[in-house]
Amino acid sequence: MASNVLEVEKLNLAYKTLRGDLLAVNDVSFSLKPGETLGIVGESGCGKSSTAYALMKMIPSNTSIFTGKIIVDGENIMEMDDSDLRKKVRWKKISMVFQGAMNSLNPVIKVGFQVAEPLIVHDNVPKKEALEKAKELFKLVGLPQDFINRYPHELSGGMKQRVVIAMSLVLNPKILILDEPTSALDVMIQAQIMNMLKDLRKSLNLSIIFITHDIALASDLCDKIAVMYGGQIMELGTAEQVLLDPRHPYASKLIGSIPTLRSDKKLEFIPGAPPDLVNPPPGCRFSPRCPYRFELCDKEEPPIYILDGGRQIRCFLYKEKGQGE
Amino acid sequence: MEVDRSDVSFIRRKVKVNKMVNNSILLKLENIKTYFFLPKGLFKTIVVKAVDNVSLEMKKGESLAIVGESGSGKTTLGRTAIKLVEPTGGKIIFDGKDITNLNDGREMKNFRRMAQIIFQDPFMSLNPYMTIREILEEPLIIHGFNDQKERNEIIIKALVDVKLQPPEEFLLKYPHMLSGGQRQRVGIARAMVLGPKFIVADEPVSMIDASSRAEILYLFKSLQEKYNLTFMYITHDIATAKYFSDYLAVMYLGKIVEYGPSREVIMNPKHPYTAALISAVPDPDPNNRFIYRKVISGEIPSAVHPPPGCRFHTRCPYKFEVCDKKEPELETLDSSHKVACHLYTKK
Repeated sequence: MASNVLEVEKLNLAYKTLRGDLLAVNDVSFSLKPGETLGIVGESGCGKSSTAYALMKMIPSNTSIFTGKIIVDGENIMEMDDSDLRKKVRWKKISMVFQGAMNSLNPVIKVGFQVAEPLIVHDNVPKKEALEKAKELFKLVGLPQDFINRYPHELSGGMKQRVVIAMSLVLNPKILILDEPTSALDVMIQAQIMNMLKDLRKSLNLSIIFITHDIALASDLCDKIAVMYGGQIMELGTAEQVLLDPRHPYASKLIGSIPTLRSDKKLEFIPGAPPDLVNPPPGCRFSPRCPYRFELCDKEEPPIYILDGGRQIRCFLYKEKGQGE
Repeated sequence: MEVDRSDVSFIRRKVKVNKMVNNSILLKLENIKTYFFLPKGLFKTIVVKAVDNVSLEMKKGESLAIVGESGSGKTTLGRTAIKLVEPTGGKIIFDGKDITNLNDGREMKNFRRMAQIIFQDPFMSLNPYMTIREILEEPLIIHGFNDQKERNEIIIKALVDVKLQPPEEFLLKYPHMLSGGQRQRVGIARAMVLGPKFIVADEPVSMIDASSRAEILYLFKSLQEKYNLTFMYITHDIATAKYFSDYLAVMYLGKIVEYGPSREVIMNPKHPYTAALISAVPDPDPNNRFIYRKVISGEIPSAVHPPPGCRFHTRCPYKFEVCDKKEPELETLDSSHKVACHLYTKK
C-alpha cells in the first residue's frame, strides 16, 4: 500500500457572518493515495467547495475558525507560512481548477501564454521553452497544439475548460482539485471532458479530488466517494460501497433521488431543507429530515464510526456495529 | 395597477370551443419558425433561426418534454407556444382556435389565462419586494377577480395545492424567507391561480437540489392529474424527462430530430444524436470509472449558419452522401415514434 499524498485530519473552517459563526467545514477527515480519485459530493451549501479552498489554504478574510491538519506529501501545510506555501506547495504539489474558471481567462492574452506564465514567473524558464511545455499540455488535454496562439474568445466553452485544466497541470502537481469542472457545460461536452480526465489520471498518475453536486458524474471518475451534508462528511467509502450499498440515511436517500436512464426505480426525495449552518440543529445535522431518527439523534452529535471495509459513517444507527474513532 | 374593467365580463363565461375540431388536441404547432434578427453594423442583419419549422401536437392532459442542449431552441419553442415570443412563420392553434395573430384583446387575455409559464430560476422570477400574497394576487387582479374574498380563497387553495402548508403562514412572507424549493412552489402556485389548461415549465428543477427535485416533479404530476393539465416540460436533463413526461421531443439546432413516448425513445433511440445524448449521461454506477463514455466529437454549431442538409451531419458518425445535401423530414416510424434522419427514409 502506497503512502498517502494527502491526509486531512479534523478540518474545521468557519466564516464570520452578521448572525454569528457559520461552520462551513466541520470535523472533516480523509486521505488520498497516489493515483486515487476522491469524489466529494453534496448539495449546494454542504461545504464541499469550502473544503477545497481550505485544502489550498485559500481562505477568505472573514474566517473565524480554521483548525485541523492538512498533510501534503508528508508536510503539514497548516503550519507553513504564506511564502513557503506559495513557493513549495501551491500549484507544485496541489493545484486547483476553480468553479467557473473558464470564464476567468484573460481575454487579451493568448491562451498558450496564460498556461505558460507560471513557468516563466516561478521557475525563470525562457518563454520559448515555456510555450513548448504549454504545447505538450495542450496535447495532453486534447487540444490542437496550434491553439496556443488563440485568444479565449476563439474557443468554445469545452475548449476553455481544457485550457484551464492544462493551466493547473503546468507545474506537475501530484494532487489536482477539480471544483465542478463541468457544471457549466452541456452533457456531450461533459462526457468528452470526463473521458479526457480518465486519460490524464492514468498517464500522470494524478491524485484527484473531484467536487460535484452530481453523484452520477462522480461515479464516472471516482474510486472513493465522500457524501457531505451540513459541513460534515456523512459517509465515506469506495464507489462500490457508497453507490451500491449506501448506509447513511442521507446518502441512501440522496442516491435514491437520482433518476436513472438505464434502469427503473421509484424516485425518492427528502422533505425539508438543508440546515442553517449558523444555527445548526442540535445533535445530528440530518436529524430533522431523517426518517430513522430516534431519541439520541437530536441530543448528541454522532461521531464517526468505522465499519468493516473501512468506510466511515456519521450516524448513531451504526453505534453497535461500527467502532468509534 | 390600472385594470381594464370593460374587458372583464367574459372571464366568468365559459369560453366557446369549436366543437368541430378534434376535442382532445389542446395545442397544435404548425411549421413554427421563430427567428431573431440582430443588427450587425449599419446595414446588415444577422438572422438567428432559433426554431425552424417545428410542428407538434399535444393532447389534453398530456405531458411533453422538450429535451436539448443549450442553443437547441427548446426555450424559444416553449415561449413561442404561449406567445411570449411572436413566431416569424407558422400557426399556433390552441383549443381549436388559431391564435397566431391575436393581438392584445379580449381573446388574447383569455389565452394568457389559459396558458401559463414556470421559470427556471426561483430566485430571479419572484419580485423580492412583494409578499407571497401579493405575488399570487397580482394575476387575479389583472384578470378582474374583484372580490377580495374570492381572491383569498383561490390563493389559499393554490398554496395548499403546491403543499405550502399551512398556507396562512406563507401569505405574509417575502421570497427571501423561503428555501429554493419553496420559492419554486410559489412560482407554480402563481401559474396555477388563474386555472390554466396549459403550462410551460422551463427547466423548473435545474436550480433545485437533487434531493428535492423529485418532490417538485411529483407535485407537477399530481397537479396535472388533478386538473387535467397539459404540460410542456423543457429540460436539458433527459433522465428526469423519462420519469415525468409521457412524450419526449429531442431538439437539435432549432429542429425536432426525434419524437415519441418517453420510455420508447430512451430505450430505443433512433436518431444518432439522441443515442449520443443518452450515452453521454452517466447513471450512478461504480463501474463507470473503468469505461470510456461513447461520445461524438465537436460542439453544437451556431444557429446563424446551420449546416446545410441535415443539421447534425457535421458530427454524425453514420453520415453518408445525401446527409449534407437534403434536409430530412420528421417521419413516422411506427405508431407514434418519429425521427428526422436519412438512415430511416430509404426503406
